[in-house]
Amino acid sequence: MKSSLLGLLLLLLAFGLTGKTTEQQVFSVQDNPWDDGTSILIEWDLEAGADSLNLQRADSLGAFTLIFNEFAREGRFIDSSLSTGQEYSYRLIAYNQVRGDSLIYIGSARTKAQWFDMNKLSLLILLLLVCGAILYYIFSARRGKELFIRRIGGLDSMDEAIGRATEKGKPILFVPGISDLGDIQTIAALNILSHLAYKSAEYGTELLVPCRFSMVLSAARETVKEAYLKAGKPDAYREESVFYVTDDQFGFVAGVDGIMLREQPAANFFLGAFWAESLILTETGFGTGAIQTAGTGQPHQIPFFVVSCDYTLIGEELYAASAYISRDPQQLGSLKGHDFGKLLVILLVLFGVIMEIIGAGWFKKFFEGGS
Amino acid sequence: MKRNLPLIVAFISGVVILVGGFIPRDPFPRIESTLIEWFMIISGFAILLGQASLLRMNVARVAEKAPNWQYYLAGLISFGLMLAFGLLWGMEKTPGLLGQGQGIVDKLGTKPFDYLFENAFIPLSATMFSLLAFYIASAAYRAFIIRTFESNLLMITAVIVMLGRTSFAPVLTGWIPDQLSWLRLPELTNFIMQYPNTAAQRAILISAALGIVGASLRIILGIERSYLGGGK
Repeated sequence: MKSSLLGLLLLLLAFGLTGKTTEQQVFSVQDNPWDDGTSILIEWDLEAGADSLNLQRADSLGAFTLIFNEFAREGRFIDSSLSTGQEYSYRLIAYNQVRGDSLIYIGSARTKAQWFDMNKLSLLILLLLVCGAILYYIFSARRGKELFIRRIGGLDSMDEAIGRATEKGKPILFVPGISDLGDIQTIAALNILSHLAYKSAEYGTELLVPCRFSMVLSAARETVKEAYLKAGKPDAYREESVFYVTDDQFGFVAGVDGIMLREQPAANFFLGAFWAESLILTETGFGTGAIQTAGTGQPHQIPFFVVSCDYTLIGEELYAASAYISRDPQQLGSLKGHDFGKLLVILLVLFGVIMEIIGAGWFKKFFEGGS
Repeated sequence: MKRNLPLIVAFISGVVILVGGFIPRDPFPRIESTLIEWFMIISGFAILLGQASLLRMNVARVAEKAPNWQYYLAGLISFGLMLAFGLLWGMEKTPGLLGQGQGIVDKLGTKPFDYLFENAFIPLSATMFSLLAFYIASAAYRAFIIRTFESNLLMITAVIVMLGRTSFAPVLTGWIPDQLSWLRLPELTNFIMQYPNTAAQRAILISAALGIVGASLRIILGIERSYLGGGK
């Protein structure tokens, strides 16, 4: 009895599967998955012979208007900027000029806002793993565990550069990139500026901080002021040492180049976001004979910095700099978390290569996140 | 409180934006766009701060006759001229305090602000940008001096890529038979740019992304306080 029931079940399942594969979905209209409820996904797979199409959407009165007409026998269209929770009707007219007729397909769907974007599931998993590792190492460091952090030449040389400027009686120039405060690279640069300002206050060396944006100017002023206060030398802080130049990219470069040539700083720091102006700045600094340290998250600018600067912070070193300089165990713990992230990425890349070789495309697709 | 309030604001904003990255429905997209609008409004007010800093610094240098004070005066005059022209006659189609300045437009062909922008500002910016060509040459010269195995390798690669990008490359290596076509300079260049170069750039990007995650987490949790001047 049991075996006959199982056989019947298998038969039904097989029928269901074959039924599904033979049924050809020519035109489908559905809520665009994992979105904010403002778009509808329309897909079609037209019969051979169709040579043009006309996709139309019905308005509130039921009148259809054209929204798309680029022909593809098999294609999809996302109708966006719609209202959430509304029902929308669509009509696809597929023309066959050889036969001289046309087929009309009709479909409708209701937009629905989702609580989670499943396309970002892989990103969430990776983020949780990396953040988990960072937190684990931070708490390990808090419990007193000794952590080995590799040396970063560019940051170890910071004291040397400040010492040299002090000996020569010349200022230190710090450029916090040319991006606004909304860029994490600028925040990372300001974190380094805090340590540099503290040291320059201790040594009594003049610090020049030209800024491209007013928001960066006010943040940099606060950072330097607080650092001078922390160093016990609030009187040595001069507000005009942190100043605004211009919002214009090459105007800013001209201004900073002029400062380098006139003031002849003994040490230049270019840390933050840089674009086409990176080499113009650093080559001018090289010409003045200053000891130069640069760092950016822009991969295209790193070769320019490597060529023209004494020390370059590459990739995550810019973001790790503040933690590295502070020697605060908690912050150093987070750097160990970066290393875990790197190991994870290496393993995923290797595994991904193997999966692609054996033809298991789902792995790559999962991390691409596309629907 | 002066220290804790920014930390609380950073924590709440950071968490809301982070969570909003994974939840596409309201209110998260609205909160994100509102925060961006707030940033723009604050930036607008901060512009005044920048202008004040610029004026104060330049005026002080001119007043105390600091070395090269003439440059600071030139900067002040340029600033004043552009500000005055913009206020009086506006720019492009926007009218100024004195309207569209049709009389001046008839003589100059455009408004004074636009005239200076197109005939002084743009050429000066372009001049600054063009310096890049000379700096690339001097930097490349230093980079390609053969001192070590690595610099030797760099020079050989650079020569292949530079030659491969010119129209001279097919002439130089076009004679290589089809079986060995990968040895032709354009093919070699494409290979270098597509594989070793892209791989290295992606490695830097991935490492930078991990750095961003770490730095953001430190700021959100209040462990990184250097931007507030440090301290506990």
